[in-house]
Amino acid sequence: MQFWIIQTLNSLALGGLLFLLAAGFSLIFGLMRIANLTHGSLFMLGAYVGVTVLAIVPNLWLAALIAGVSVAVFGGLLERLLLRPLAGNALGQVLVTLGVSFIVADLCLVIWGGDPIPLTAPSSLQRPLVIGSIAFPAYRLFVLGVAIVTAIALHVLMDRTRLGAMIRAGVDDMPMARAVGIPVSKLFTFVFCLGAALAGAGGVIAGPIMSAYPGLDADMLPLALIVVILGGVGSLLGAFVGSFIIAFIYTFGSALLPDLAYVILFLPMIAVIAFRPRGLFGRQIS
Amino acid sequence: MTFTRRRFVKTAGGALALSTVGVPLRASAQSEPIRIGLMTVKTGPLASGGIDMERALTQFLKEHNNTLAGRKVELFVGDSAGVPAQARTKLQELVERDKIQVLIGPLATAEALASDDYIRQQQLPTLSVAAAEDMTQRNPNPWFVRGTSTSSQSAQALADYCYQTLKYKRMATIADDIAYGQEMCGGFQRVFEDEGGKIVQKMFPPLTVPDYATYLAQQKTNIDGIFLGFAGSNGFRWYKQFNEYGLKGKVNVVGGMTAFDEAVLRNMGDEALGIITACWYSAGIDNPLNKKFVTAFRNEWKYDPGFYAAATYVEGAVLEGALIAVNGKIEDKHAFMKALRGIKVDTVRGPVSFDVYGNVVGNVYIRKVERKEGRLVNTVIYTYPNVSQFWKYEEREFLKNPVYSRDWPPAKNLEN
Repeated sequence: MQFWIIQTLNSLALGGLLFLLAAGFSLIFGLMRIANLTHGSLFMLGAYVGVTVLAIVPNLWLAALIAGVSVAVFGGLLERLLLRPLAGNALGQVLVTLGVSFIVADLCLVIWGGDPIPLTAPSSLQRPLVIGSIAFPAYRLFVLGVAIVTAIALHVLMDRTRLGAMIRAGVDDMPMARAVGIPVSKLFTFVFCLGAALAGAGGVIAGPIMSAYPGLDADMLPLALIVVILGGVGSLLGAFVGSFIIAFIYTFGSALLPDLAYVILFLPMIAVIAFRPRGLFGRQIS
Repeated sequence: MTFTRRRFVKTAGGALALSTVGVPLRASAQSEPIRIGLMTVKTGPLASGGIDMERALTQFLKEHNNTLAGRKVELFVGDSAGVPAQARTKLQELVERDKIQVLIGPLATAEALASDDYIRQQQLPTLSVAAAEDMTQRNPNPWFVRGTSTSSQSAQALADYCYQTLKYKRMATIADDIAYGQEMCGGFQRVFEDEGGKIVQKMFPPLTVPDYATYLAQQKTNIDGIFLGFAGSNGFRWYKQFNEYGLKGKVNVVGGMTAFDEAVLRNMGDEALGIITACWYSAGIDNPLNKKFVTAFRNEWKYDPGFYAAATYVEGAVLEGALIAVNGKIEDKHAFMKALRGIKVDTVRGPVSFDVYGNVVGNVYIRKVERKEGRLVNTVIYTYPNVSQFWKYEEREFLKNPVYSRDWPPAKNLEN
């Protein structure tokens, strides 16, 4: 019984983490039609910026905020300076994002070195939460909470605001959105910055669990891809549901059938692509 | 001054004339510098260790005034990024463009395996850091010596220590799901169970697992200890989460040679105190060579050398020993190889010699994490002298068994 309770809690916490990672990826993918392969790097960059901030001011919230803002600026520059000149050339854009991810990885190595660096959780969340015979890290529940709050905030943004309506219009039918006067070009930059900010802040929030280390980018990117392909490109709900499905499959899969951990992780993605190419919540994209 | 065509012709002509004069004056092979290649990893996830390899080897050569056995040496460094295919390409570059005469490295098992054929074909004397067991066991490469250890060489000694000294009877193992982790756990399990202990739980998380929560939730607590066979940063990440789950104090932790390396310790806190690991090196080894090495390395880089730094420093000493034995004549490859495998040399890790397969016979140290002068160090608490890759088993019997893997030795005592 204890096994099932702890693994369920683990799945929920991992799902929260995956959502922070995948939400931005999904929005960018949905609006701009490019798989942003720097997304893992943005996540890692956020974690490293967090490391530096925490070394000066030991406040995880501040670190997440600063990392989010600085990674958003980086994302904005990337979009404006590198991706914009390649507009319409999706393959070229994807290759550029891949190239930038290598550059970011090596820059991080030069700046922060090759050793894993832990980010410290707030001291109030460091102790395990003990209920009866079950001990569970308090920080993981906190991550889940952050993910849920973020999801609600994004939902309000997308469904209740004019900006969100414009983004949704852009995702669904870009030529028509342009035709009715929506500034799609500015939206691109905004969404890219938003996605980057989520990834950067997510890197800091994930830091106390995963630490910052070279290779974090490559470890996270496939997970973002799986979640988005499963949930459906450009769909916030898809990213949310997809994150938790993947987290549950991953956690229980590697606990019950450890030899097949990765098979189990990718199998649902293949099944979804075969039977529902647009993902669980993906819509027809023009 | 403007660079006219006339002047260019004159200068170029002069250079040409000089170079033709230079040919007859060319020195004999003996006084030319020896060309040493270092295959390491300076980018990517393994870079931390790889950069240490270069720093320590450069320090070694500098301390010898870039002269070994009376001959100048030149160092050429290749960066494989830890990718086996790239290791193979870079090695070819080192051999064919830089004309290296001896190779130090590579770092990772898979890189060594990818370069195996080429090393044989080029007959390139290689002083390896990579731990791949079979390169000095069932499929030995005649051009290969390893002054560090096989994957399981230290783990086998640690198993003995756990059973005999710590009196552990029931243990679990966890390691990266790669050859290195599997071989380490295999060696640990075999010795521990042959002596009478039981391995009741074995876990092999994928190398790039983002999170160890799943494995920690299954962790048995009715055991005496768990053996960690992690490489790089994974041991560190696992142990952090181990603490978060409140398991510290319930289960004792012992580690293989890379689990709590000095490179990892410098980013850890008091939670690491008291952990016992086994390795062929520790910055705390008490011998004059090591004291000199550690002091100089610390002064230069502000941290203690660990596994990877010591690895190339030891290989440097082995190289020097062999070069002295052949009077610097590295050009006679066969004689040089024979000297490499025949020498006995004092190094920072203690005395080193080689078995007929080219693998080191040397001390294995049992170490405990302590705080000294404000930083965490691996203090040596026990020394197993002159440990062979075959532990105490008879060599021929040992080689009849399959190489250590996930499934060998078979786990007979697992409990659900």
